[in-house]
Amino acid sequence: MNNSTIRLKTREKANRQKWILITLGFLFFAVILLAPLFTVFYYAFAQGFALFMQAIGNEEALAAIWLTVKVALIVLPINMFIGVVMAWTIAYFNFKGKAFLTALLDLPFSISPVVVGLMFLLLFGLDGLAGKWFIEHGFRIVFAMPSIVIVTLFVTFPLIVKSLIPTMTAQGNSEEQAALILGANTWTLFFTVTLPKIKWALIYGVILSNARAMGEFGAVSVVSGHIRGLTNTIPLYVEISYNEYQFIAAFACASLLAALALLTLGCQTLLGRLQRRKVEKSLHSRTA
Amino acid sequence: MSIRIENLEKHFGSFHALKNINLQFRQNQLTSLLGPSGCGKTTLLRIIAGLEFADSGRILFEERDVTNLSAKDRGVGFVFQNYALFQNMTVFDNIAFGLRVKPRKIRPSEAKIHEKVTALLKLIELEWLAQAYPNQLSGGQRQRVALARSLAVQPKVLLLDEPFGALDAQVRKTLRRWLRDLHQELNVTSIFVTHDQDEALDVSDRIVVMNKGQIEQIDEPNQIYHAPQTPFVTQFVGDVNVFHGHIDEGKLVVGEFSHHINTHTNTTKPVNNQSATAYIRPYELTLSRSPENALATGKITHINAIGFIVRIEIESAQSEQPIEVILTKNAYNSANYQLNEQVYLVPDKLNLFQQMNI
Repeated sequence: MNNSTIRLKTREKANRQKWILITLGFLFFAVILLAPLFTVFYYAFAQGFALFMQAIGNEEALAAIWLTVKVALIVLPINMFIGVVMAWTIAYFNFKGKAFLTALLDLPFSISPVVVGLMFLLLFGLDGLAGKWFIEHGFRIVFAMPSIVIVTLFVTFPLIVKSLIPTMTAQGNSEEQAALILGANTWTLFFTVTLPKIKWALIYGVILSNARAMGEFGAVSVVSGHIRGLTNTIPLYVEISYNEYQFIAAFACASLLAALALLTLGCQTLLGRLQRRKVEKSLHSRTA
Repeated sequence: MSIRIENLEKHFGSFHALKNINLQFRQNQLTSLLGPSGCGKTTLLRIIAGLEFADSGRILFEERDVTNLSAKDRGVGFVFQNYALFQNMTVFDNIAFGLRVKPRKIRPSEAKIHEKVTALLKLIELEWLAQAYPNQLSGGQRQRVALARSLAVQPKVLLLDEPFGALDAQVRKTLRRWLRDLHQELNVTSIFVTHDQDEALDVSDRIVVMNKGQIEQIDEPNQIYHAPQTPFVTQFVGDVNVFHGHIDEGKLVVGEFSHHINTHTNTTKPVNNQSATAYIRPYELTLSRSPENALATGKITHINAIGFIVRIEIESAQSEQPIEVILTKNAYNSANYQLNEQVYLVPDKLNLFQQMNI
């Protein structure tokens, strides 16, 4: 065999390997992700659009949807505030215990959601450490919305922080220092200098946090008490419906969650593209 | 506005960054803080600005104690090495920022702000870039905008932290001159941090040489260069050849050579029977073919005769490093030195330092 034949065969082999890997990847993707996703939508609409709307429109389903939205709306601003404050502290300052604090941010992800729910149940429950005080003063925490908000906060707050920290660390705080020296107070400094810088990372974190908040099951399941029409979020309602053989209701609401997931993915991709286009545009219009 | 620093101390954990700094900056002077990396010059500048706080000591702006004031209330201007321009604002908005964030009562009208910013843009010769964004500008342009931004609020003190460090050599030279001219025009007390001695020598009214958190010498550039007071300053500023020896009967003895210390020597009265180190600039050494009053001898190992001056390198037993001598083309041509020739070195002027034997 001469040199060019050897080169050709090597190239062909590399190509073949590439296509085998791509096919394997797609097969995995199809089995683990696409097929189940497709199944959800299929069964939701299998018996027609009218029944789908009916399933979503019934009283319990609507209550579940409304509760999920309410929890998300409460959790969102709190997460944004805590997220920005924590990211600011970790990205811009060095202090003793910083590594520990940063590691703690991963805690909500490493604890099983069921254990998270149990933690708060034990803390705020009837015989709980803090629970007694709340019940005596007439506050219902567990088996009511407050506990759902609390556990959702626990599992979602690191998402915004972790989204902001890399951006803020990379950009540094010299712009903020410059603004301080020019006489800006903290509020002005934040809104005119910092916020525009972290805009994209913040939106990204919010979308991620929101998707997680709406889809959380394990922790919410433990603390909610599953009180129909009152403390069931969409994920809980899906489980209950399925267990009672109300398949259309189950798959209909599941498809809502699936649609939310796809929407989240779409928003992230769109944001990524918009950001890249903005960067390219400004690079192309550089003056000498 | 004059500045006085009293007994300033700063530690970063166990690292002693500033050791008992006492310093005065006179009104309208341009002073450089010159020193190697880690000497504390940037830390000192940032403490004056209010971006860091000292462990102890005082800072006074014209007799007013500002030690505990926040950076926002000190009325200083600061130019960062990496410009720190607001990326999301146009050049115009960047320069106008300081004026726009003033409290409502003392804030000038938008028309006045427009007037002032336009005047500054004219000063830095970048009116045509008013609506551009920082990432569309070159390094030199960004630094000029950063300077204009800090000048917009008419600070009483201008602090510059290695402002030209991130720029290439040609731009650095141009901007350095431009800054000097600007300073003459504006008459603002300015403090300038740099590790580039050419910059400091070129631009400053006065240089403060720092090393390891302490001040080595404060003087005019001319004196710093020609009359360095400590070994560190001698070695740091300008090229220098080092010779170790001792003093015997008023003469400097290096190896088997004995040199009569003449009136051009920069030193306090030499102490007999004590070790001494002589620092000699390359152009203050003369090559000679006779050993009379020489300090060393050696073999010529390298001759660089490109250009107006000639650099000759000599290997010698009297010096650890190769000795560098600079002479004019004429001197070189008339003497016709060759490679591998054995020559003697006679100092015209030397800086002599002696350690006290404790």
